[in-house]
Amino acid sequence: MAAFEPVLLRNRGVEQSTTLKVYESRGGYQGVRKALKQTPDEVVEEVKNANLRGRGGAGFPAGVKWSFLPKDRTRTLLCVNADESEPPTFCNRILMETDPHQLIEGTIIAGFATQSQTAYIYLRVEFHEQFHIVQKAVEEAYAAGYLGKKIFGSEYSLDIYVHRGAGAYVCGEETGLIESLEGKRGWPRIKPPFPAVEGLFGQPTVVNNVETLSCLPHILERGAEWFTSIGPDHSAGPKLFCVSGPVKNPGCYEGPMTISVRDLIERNDLGGGMRDGKKVKCVLPGGVSMGALSVDELDMKLDFADPRNYGLLGLGTAAAVVIDESVDMRMVLQNLARFYGTESCGQCTQCREGTSWMYKIATRIASGAGRISDLDLLLETARNMGMMPGYSICGLPDGATYPIETIIKKFRPELEASINAQAPGKAEALFTVLN
Amino acid sequence: MSWITVNRNEPAIDPNAPPILSAALCEKIRSLFPRYDTKRAVLLPALHMVQDGLGHIPWQAMKEIADILEIHPSDVIDTISFYTHFWTHPKGMKVITACRSVSCETMGGVAVLLELKKQLGIGEHETTPDGRFSLVTEECLAGCDHAPCLLINEKLHRCVKVEDVGRILADDNNDRISQKRSDLFDAPAGDSKSKDVSGLESTSDVAEMKASE
Ligand SMILES: Cc1cc2nc3c(=O)[nH]c(=O)nc-3n(C[C@H](O)[C@H](O)[C@H](O)COP(=O)(O)O)c2cc1C
Ligand code: SF4
Ligand code: FES
Repeated sequence: MAAFEPVLLRNRGVEQSTTLKVYESRGGYQGVRKALKQTPDEVVEEVKNANLRGRGGAGFPAGVKWSFLPKDRTRTLLCVNADESEPPTFCNRILMETDPHQLIEGTIIAGFATQSQTAYIYLRVEFHEQFHIVQKAVEEAYAAGYLGKKIFGSEYSLDIYVHRGAGAYVCGEETGLIESLEGKRGWPRIKPPFPAVEGLFGQPTVVNNVETLSCLPHILERGAEWFTSIGPDHSAGPKLFCVSGPVKNPGCYEGPMTISVRDLIERNDLGGGMRDGKKVKCVLPGGVSMGALSVDELDMKLDFADPRNYGLLGLGTAAAVVIDESVDMRMVLQNLARFYGTESCGQCTQCREGTSWMYKIATRIASGAGRISDLDLLLETARNMGMMPGYSICGLPDGATYPIETIIKKFRPELEASINAQAPGKAEALFTVLN
Repeated sequence: MSWITVNRNEPAIDPNAPPILSAALCEKIRSLFPRYDTKRAVLLPALHMVQDGLGHIPWQAMKEIADILEIHPSDVIDTISFYTHFWTHPKGMKVITACRSVSCETMGGVAVLLELKKQLGIGEHETTPDGRFSLVTEECLAGCDHAPCLLINEKLHRCVKVEDVGRILADDNNDRISQKRSDLFDAPAGDSKSKDVSGLESTSDVAEMKASE
């Protein structure tokens, strides 16, 4: 295989890569110039041909999403999803830190293709340094005439505003994001109507992830054919992969969607193998919400198709966390259950009750007072919530189901052994430590 | 857990009290109106500015924000109560946010949090008696490649070890970031930061909730 040349991360490590000057000197803002010479429909067509699937988690093709906008609309709004709240994902952070102009260029292209007049970058509040970087880049782009009225001498005008969130996982969900932008609690909306028809301020709205948009300048510049030549047919284009946990080189890497979880952990140009002789026990390869792999399943390919073969929900954010053999799976179970229990927005009964009961049951198991039947109780609770069985408004409880279910199924012997080995009376002592 | 109802101590606002938001701050909030279709959409930016200027968002400020945005004060409370970032009572000068998600927890974050509690002498969602630090935990801060992580106000501390905690706490500049700041969501200069920590409650909604369980 020919060495992969970074696309999205090509400016990483370059001195002052966040400035307009450096971005342009390295070929930036060429894709958007090409786009503005075409018609919006031609740009949509190009992105459709590139089969650019959304990088935010769901993997829905961007071009197809754009074509759901009503033809007779007079206004369109674009939201850039920079909420990046899925543990342990940080690729959007890297993109904004190293190359904010790439995101701005992608946003202009998406804005033009969808005929949006305004774009909002919804940035999670914990991104402080990144906020100042992105804001400065936006100001630079305005000063250069690349944003605002009649950009690049075309008839197209676009305003970009950075909007900061305030700490809530569910604001990453597209309709939760929209509600939050409107100044309300980030409660996801019942769909339909989909945002493309009635979204922000009741207008047709497109929500796209930072990484999705960052691909656009390259598609426009080098063409859809080049883009689809990278990786398998169903998973075209370069992709960012994150790896964290006790590997030698945790970080964010770019590559075609042909690498496996094992490659990501072990290859010298990627994770570099495990640290201090530690051994892999479990990997959550797509952000926590996609589910867990056992050590026998590391050959899973990180693309849009293969994760389903391993009982996972999907590729998710392609951010893997490696858990080594010293970690008690009961703690992982509790940690994940707590995440969903505290981040559920509470609108839907099944999700609100289900996630908080899972947390309570997982806490009982983690504190050494579990029962074997608790494992089945967790499975039963997990199956009875979520959008897929039709019990909830958004996908958060589906994301809660998969890790809990896969961990219990794949690590049942260990969990049962821990429960069987519990010392009587230990539960009370542990509870005080945990709370 | 926005859906848990807590006793918010029946706010009483003196109708004759002078306004606490400065004219400059109100003007800055209004200057964001053209960006959005509705005035309410300016609520989150406005809350960021007020918290930045006053340290927290007092009841009276909520009413004044509501007046500026032409919404009901209860709408402001409704929104505030959803987000973990906003404080409705005084917090410490520096808020230490420890990540508790899976990468940080499995990479030693639990021990770091215990050390923080020990050295500060406070629990989660509490503030030190001298008002210098508040300690909270949050889910993933998106710095997992450098787990375990701590955020002190705006500054992300990476790969924190137990033995680093003392040094980090002693460093006066532990909340300074290297970026040149944009003042877009900051309160205008002159809006006094609330340094008065007398009458500081060391509880938060979450602590109240725990106590009421
Ligand atoms: C609970 C929940 C949380 C989500 N969080 C994020 C997020 O932090 N960032 C993101 O880009 N997408 C997130 N999504 C996915 C978005 O709803 C949406 O699919 C995505 O922003 C679409 O962009 P894309 O098509 O470019 O991927 C989340 C979805 C759910 C159900
Ligand atoms: S499914 Fe859960 S997070 Fe999503 S809207 Fe319903 S209660 Fe909120
Ligand atoms: S898990 Fe701690 S920063 Fe992501």
